[in-house]
Amino acid sequence: MKGAILPARGWADKLTALFWRRPGLLLLLLITPPLLWLGVVYLGSLAALLLQSFYSIDEFSGVVKEEFTLKTYAELFRAQNLDIIRRTVLMAGAVTLTSAILAFPIAYFAARYAKGAWKAAFYLGIMLPLWSSYLVKVYAWKLILAKEGILTWAAEGTHTSWIINGILSIPGLESSSLSTSPAGTFMVFVYVWLPYMILPMQAALERVPTSMLEASSDLGATSAQTFRTVILPLAMPGVIAGSIFTFSLTLGDYIIPQIIGNSANSIGMAVYQLQGTAGNIPLAAAFAVVPILIMLIYLALAKRAGAFDAL
Amino acid sequence: MTAAVTFSNVSRHFGSTKAVDGVDLTVPEGAFFAMLGPSGSGKTTCLRLISGFEQPTTGEIRIFGEDVSRIPPHLRAVNTVFQDYALFPHLNVRDNVAYGLMVKGMSRTARHARAEEMLALVKLEGYGDRKPAQLSGGQRQRVALARALVNEPRVLLLDEPLGALDLKLREAMQDELKALQAKLGLTFVFVTHDQHEALSMADHLAVFNQGRIAQVGSPQEIYDRPSSRFVADFVGSSNVLPPALTQSLGGPAQWSSLRPESVQLVEPGSPEGQISGQVTGLRYLGAATRILLTAQGTEIAALLPSGQPVPAIGDTRSLRFDPKALHLMEGA
Repeated sequence: MKGAILPARGWADKLTALFWRRPGLLLLLLITPPLLWLGVVYLGSLAALLLQSFYSIDEFSGVVKEEFTLKTYAELFRAQNLDIIRRTVLMAGAVTLTSAILAFPIAYFAARYAKGAWKAAFYLGIMLPLWSSYLVKVYAWKLILAKEGILTWAAEGTHTSWIINGILSIPGLESSSLSTSPAGTFMVFVYVWLPYMILPMQAALERVPTSMLEASSDLGATSAQTFRTVILPLAMPGVIAGSIFTFSLTLGDYIIPQIIGNSANSIGMAVYQLQGTAGNIPLAAAFAVVPILIMLIYLALAKRAGAFDAL
Repeated sequence: MTAAVTFSNVSRHFGSTKAVDGVDLTVPEGAFFAMLGPSGSGKTTCLRLISGFEQPTTGEIRIFGEDVSRIPPHLRAVNTVFQDYALFPHLNVRDNVAYGLMVKGMSRTARHARAEEMLALVKLEGYGDRKPAQLSGGQRQRVALARALVNEPRVLLLDEPLGALDLKLREAMQDELKALQAKLGLTFVFVTHDQHEALSMADHLAVFNQGRIAQVGSPQEIYDRPSSRFVADFVGSSNVLPPALTQSLGGPAQWSSLRPESVQLVEPGSPEGQISGQVTGLRYLGAATRILLTAQGTEIAALLPSGQPVPAIGDTRSLRFDPKALHLMEGA
C-alpha cells in the first residue's frame, strides 16, 4: 500500500521543499546577483560619473581638482558646447521621429497580419542586421553614400539625381556627397537604430485585440479616427520604449557622426575626445549627464501627455 | 410588420469552409432574436455579417429595407456588444460610452451628458471616472451595453453577451436585458450557444447547424415541435427516439422526440406502462431527479418531481406518457 507521503528522491526534492516552505528564499537567490550588478556596478558607476561632473579641472596643470563646484556645468553653456548639444538633440529627435514613422507600418503588419512563416521571416529580417558588426554596416553605408557610390549611380541612371542634389543644397546639410553631409549621418542612424523601434512597437501593437478596432469602427469611427484614438494611444508605450532606444542611442553615439557626415562634434564625440585626448574627465562627465537629463525630461513630458495611460 | 434584418440566400465562405451557406432569415422589427447553435455553426458569422465585419460571398443583406451588403461597419446604424466587451483600456468609462458621439464630432459637454444618461440606464451612475480595468465583469458588460446604445442603433447586436458571467449574474442580466429591450423597443439580435439562455430571453429563435438554419420559430415552437433530430437534440435535453422505438410506442416508423417532463414512471407490468426499461443513470437536479432508462437500446430521460420515490440504478420501470407528447420529426 502506497503511503500518503512520497519518499524524497534526493537533494533536488529537498531543495524544492525548502523553497516551498520559504518562498522568499528562492526570490532572494534569484535577484541577488542582478541586484548586485545593477546596484553596485551599474548605479555605482553612474554615481561616480555624477560625482566627477561636479569636480573641475585646473586649467594650467590639467589636474582634476576634487572639490565640488558647478564650474564644469557652467562650461556646458559656452556657445560651442551649446551648439554641440543642440545639434545632437536635433539629430536624435529627427532620427527618432523618422524611425517611428518608418517602423509603424512594419510593426503593424507584423503584429496584425504576419502568421507562422511570415512572422519568422519578419523577426529574421528585423534581427539579421543586428547580427553583423556595427562598424561593417557603417563603413558599408559610407560606400553606399559616397559620391562614387551606388546611390549616386542609381540616381543618375533613373534621372533622380535632383533629389540628392536638392537634399545636399538644404542649408545645414550642404556637402559634396551624402557621405559627408549630416543628411548621410541621419540616414545611417535611422538604418542602424530602426530595429530598436520596430520591436517594442510590434510588442505593443500585438496586445491590441482585433475586437477593439472592430468596436471603434462599429461605433462609427473612420480608419483615421480609429488610428488616432485607439491604435496610437494603445501603441504609445511601445513607441515611447522604442524612442528611448533610438533617442538615447543617437544622443550617445560617437562613431557614426565621426565616419559619416561633416565631422561636426556631437555629444558622444565630445565625451570621447574630452576623456581621451583632452583628459578633461569632469567636462566629459558633465556632457554625459546631458542625455540623462534630456531623457528624464522627455519621459516626464510623455507621462504628462498620457503616453502611459494604456499600461 | 417591417423586417429589421433580412438575409436573402446569404453565404460566407472562407476558402473551402462554408461558414454561412445559403441562409434566408428575417428578423422582425422589435424582436429579441436569438441565433442559437454549436460553435462553428455560422451564428457568429451571421452576426458579423449584420455588423459589417464580414462581407457576404454571395447573397444580399438588408437592414430596414436598405441593402447594406457593400456598406462598411461605421456607416451602419447597427451597434455591437462584443463578447470580450472590447472596452478601450486607455479611456475611462465615460469616454468609452461617449466614444461613438466623439467620433461623430459632438462637443465634450454634450457627449458627456449623454454618456451619463446611458450609464444611468445601465445602473452605473457615478462610475464615469473609473477605468475599465477597475470594474467587475458584470459592470464591464453594462459599459459595453451603454457604449453600444449611445449611438441609438436601429439594431443592437450582442455576441455571447452573458458567456463570461457567473450563473447568478447571468440570470440577473437576462432579466435586465429583456427589460431594457422592452423599454427601448429596439431590435436585439444575440448569439448564444446556450439553449437555456436562448429560450428564456428570445421571442424569436433561429437554430444554426453547419452554416445553415435548421429551424426558425418562437421558443415554444422550437422546444415543443423541433423539426429535426439536430434541433431536438441541441435545444433542450429532449429524448430522440429512433423510428423502431416510435413504432413500438404506437407511432409511425419515424424519428420522434419526447420531452423528459412528459414521461412518467410506473411499476413494471402496470397496465398504464407503454414500454419498460432499466434504470441506468440518476442525476439529482434539486427540483427534480433526471432518470435515465434504457429501453430497446435507447436511453430515455424522465424527470421525476422531487418528493416521489426515486428508483435505484438497475431497477426496472415502465414509462407512461400522453401520446400527444410524442412529436414526430422529418428526415432520417
